[in-house]
Amino acid sequence: MYNFTFHQPTTLRQAVNLLAKNEDAKLLAGGHSLLPVMKQRLASPAAIIDISRIPELSGVELKGRSVVVGAGTTHSEVANSQVLKDSIPGLAEVPASIGDPHVRHRGTIGGSIANNDPNADYPAAALGLGATIITNKRRIAADDFFQGMFTTALEPNEIITKMQFPIAKKCAYQKFKHPASGFALVGVFVSKRGSDVRVAVTGAGANGVFRVPEFEAALKKRFNAKSLDGLSVSADGMNNDIHAGPEYRAHLVGVLARRAVADANARKD
Amino acid sequence: MSATGIGASVRRKEDQRFITGKGHYTDDISRPGQAHAYFVRSPHAHATVRGIDTAAASAKPGVLAILTGAQLAADKIGNLICGWMIHSKDGSPMNMAPHPALAAGKVNHAGDAVAVVIAETLAQARDASEAVKVDYQVLPAVVDPAKAQAKGAPQIHEGAPNNTIYQWEIGDSAAAEAVFKSAKHVATVDLINNRLVPNALEPRAALAEYDDGADSLTLWNTSQNPHVARLVISAFVGMAPEHKLRVIAPDVGGGFGSKIFIYPEEVVCLWAARKVGRPVKWTADRSEAFLTDCHGRDHVTHAELALDDNGRITGMRVKTIANLGAYMSTFSSAVPTYLYATLLSGQYEIPMIHCAVDAVYTNTVPVDAYRGAGRPEATFVVERLIEVAARQLGLDPAELRRRNFVKTFPYQTVVASLYDAGDYNASMKKAMDIHDVKGFGKRRRVSARSGKLRGLGYSTYIEACGVAPSAVVGSLGAGVGLWESAEVRVNPAGTVEVLTGCHAHGQGHETTFAQLVSERLGIPIEQVSVVHGDTDKVQFGMGTYGSRSGAVGMSAIAKALDKVEAKAKKIAAHLLEAAEADIVFQDGKFTVAGTDKSLAFGEVALGAYVAHKFPTGEIEPGLKEGAFYDPTNFTFPAGCHICEIEIDQDTGRTEIVAWTAVDDFGVVINPMIVEGQVHGGIAQGVGQALLEGAVYDADGQLVSGSFMDYAMPHAENFPSIKVDTTVTKCPSNPLGIKGCGEAGAIAAPAAVINAITDAVGHENVTMPATAQVVWAAVRKAKAVRAAA
Repeated sequence: MYNFTFHQPTTLRQAVNLLAKNEDAKLLAGGHSLLPVMKQRLASPAAIIDISRIPELSGVELKGRSVVVGAGTTHSEVANSQVLKDSIPGLAEVPASIGDPHVRHRGTIGGSIANNDPNADYPAAALGLGATIITNKRRIAADDFFQGMFTTALEPNEIITKMQFPIAKKCAYQKFKHPASGFALVGVFVSKRGSDVRVAVTGAGANGVFRVPEFEAALKKRFNAKSLDGLSVSADGMNNDIHAGPEYRAHLVGVLARRAVADANARKD
Repeated sequence: MSATGIGASVRRKEDQRFITGKGHYTDDISRPGQAHAYFVRSPHAHATVRGIDTAAASAKPGVLAILTGAQLAADKIGNLICGWMIHSKDGSPMNMAPHPALAAGKVNHAGDAVAVVIAETLAQARDASEAVKVDYQVLPAVVDPAKAQAKGAPQIHEGAPNNTIYQWEIGDSAAAEAVFKSAKHVATVDLINNRLVPNALEPRAALAEYDDGADSLTLWNTSQNPHVARLVISAFVGMAPEHKLRVIAPDVGGGFGSKIFIYPEEVVCLWAARKVGRPVKWTADRSEAFLTDCHGRDHVTHAELALDDNGRITGMRVKTIANLGAYMSTFSSAVPTYLYATLLSGQYEIPMIHCAVDAVYTNTVPVDAYRGAGRPEATFVVERLIEVAARQLGLDPAELRRRNFVKTFPYQTVVASLYDAGDYNASMKKAMDIHDVKGFGKRRRVSARSGKLRGLGYSTYIEACGVAPSAVVGSLGAGVGLWESAEVRVNPAGTVEVLTGCHAHGQGHETTFAQLVSERLGIPIEQVSVVHGDTDKVQFGMGTYGSRSGAVGMSAIAKALDKVEAKAKKIAAHLLEAAEADIVFQDGKFTVAGTDKSLAFGEVALGAYVAHKFPTGEIEPGLKEGAFYDPTNFTFPAGCHICEIEIDQDTGRTEIVAWTAVDDFGVVINPMIVEGQVHGGIAQGVGQALLEGAVYDADGQLVSGSFMDYAMPHAENFPSIKVDTTVTKCPSNPLGIKGCGEAGAIAAPAAVINAITDAVGHENVTMPATAQVVWAAVRKAKAVRAAA
């Protein structure tokens, strides 16, 4: 790791000021993506702004027909939130498959969404629930937020403060774990909220998280795994690495979407 | 059986230290004035080094020296060697290319060291290393052993045409050809024994110190055999004479073979310590470990089994290409030859075997022994062949095995091994009973109801352990003998120190060796300590690998204990004023037969050192005896592992749902430790079968160079494993021990793949059998069935 200057603001305002003042600064939330690449000397930010001590970034709150989750809320807090378990259980179940207890007690939902790792779980949940990403500057729909692997709509000096998740009638996440890293080799989040049906896929796409309109259209007619019979996604544009080729990943998208729909339907309200 | 003697499941004495973080590993040791080494490593798999510019780096803060291969050569530091000579079938010696500790003008694998920075701190050394400018001319690379000998393949070493190290064979190819021509049935397999990264928990480390007053060097390192390290670094590398070089391997956190070998970093730290005049420490980080620890396996094999109409094996033919990587590591040549082909008879009577092995260089990390070393590769060939043959003949795989088992001992195989004792049917029968093989059909139907495929696979393996009779290995090309030494020092108050040439890095010697002493001398194990891993304390020894510490190392201790007992009897006789012939030693007491006159062991020990009234010249004071033990044969642990798996057809995910292991390890010293060894071995074998695989791209970059891409086995990958034993005493050593350290890793891969292929109904399943591989096999099997 190279040397850097370390800042630990306690208010969002301080953090935003520090970000504006320090060129080549990086925000540190849980640090589980940033610190490994710094240790390998693949990243060398001149300044680190640790936002883990900002109280206003944490917490889970029921607001009307949605749940607002602070960006600094840890995976473990998401998993154990009674509000989420009651209102969006599919979202509360996502972090159980992330890393190990150490990771889940440090890593944050905002960090995961801002990083937009193509194999991360939360981008699928955010896109699959039609979340709104709220920053210090504006509100961004998930559909506009994720723009390709490790790429988002965030501008320099912009900090995610919260995510607003609409309460879906039904939702579930199915993940096929990468055997080494534990990330999603493929992960599929499905939700149904009135006529809005969403199928969001992580891990599979060479360009990061994406939706599957054909699946959504079929499920809109009838939200049942059988509705997906005969449907598949194309292997074009799927990731190819030493663990899984495009064809296998495309196949898994179908399998996991069916299982996620079945899970969502099996859940007792 | 006493509470702490042979056969007792005594808790490991060393665990208190390890579990509470009180172990002393090489990196825990620091010397006054210590500097740090950071290696500049080649990012290219194959390149000419046109120049190294160290000027800018030398000016960086804290830098003490930057050393290169040219300086190493100028100081006449010798090359690393492979210590086992193999001759090709045409009689020519193997092509051992020079292996300098720092590259001399050319790098041959990604991670090959070209220079070392010595600085005040590790961070400074690392910072400066980035300023070392190496001018590489990149050359095309070859990584696939099957392509290394092809026309037009990049040539790695002068003097090794076609990248061929040797072309070795065992058996008569013409006679084998005749057997196959007349064979009624032939089963064929094409196998890749996947390349593995050892990944010991503790990465390799070295700390070297030069004492200019005494002109002597000390090396602390992560070695499984510090004496062999001293011998090689002294006699071949020429660093210092043996009496001026002390090697200490303190607590070592796992080896699995990878810490047997002598590595460049140890040589460089010693050289640098003397050159800089400061102690020099190096500890690999995990990425460095992936790129520099010797890898394991990496065979490409075509094999055939000939059988008659009664399912009797009539012959076997095997052709293997073994990848030894960029350089020949310390024991690399022996692994795919004498530790491999000599086990191809498995547990079976096979009248004719021919095996040809080509060893090749590639632009990859050197490959050498890794848990099992050659024997897992052999078992995979034999046990896959027999399973495929059984299916082809429509025979129950257990029945085909039974028909061909060796049943009378000793049995001389046609591939040099002389099996001394065993009862293969007994272990298979016991395993089948414990596993409830009879209920498998029902379990399979239950799985099918939920859309899952269920399979059952056997592996009736054999291994050659207790390495090894010195005369035998000498005749096969080994540069060393493989005896072991021991010294038993009885202290005046009756406590005992056992000095051994073996080295513990997870095996639990501090407990099991003490159990032997406890059994023999009748003292509690708390009064026994085991000393190992320091060339200044233990005179010489061959270290620990090849499941040899029990069979060979403990036999040496037993021999020394015999001598201690004999002398103690003499002393007891004198103290009790009786004839020596009348002294009986039992349960820690020396008694005059037929009387109640006796002395405890501690009293005799004290008498030995007080020596007040010893008749001059008749009894020497003191009680300390040493012994060297050279085994009369290899030992042959064997057993039966049964793996049962379930496959999710939609995803191809394999879950191991049951595992039974019944092994014959001969006499067992500590059943709990043995069970742990079996668990660990199976975990590593399952890792190879389902998860692990070192992958290089065509340019020679290690794509699976971290735990993000290299999948290690986790507890969640296993069911509760049922472990049991059968016992046939090993007649080749005084304790009847066969060895247990490698069995699991040897048996497991074939058991897993036999289970998967059984479930899928398709034989072509490569390792690691990832979900994608199994999914593709399921699809292929369905397509074949649909076409039929």
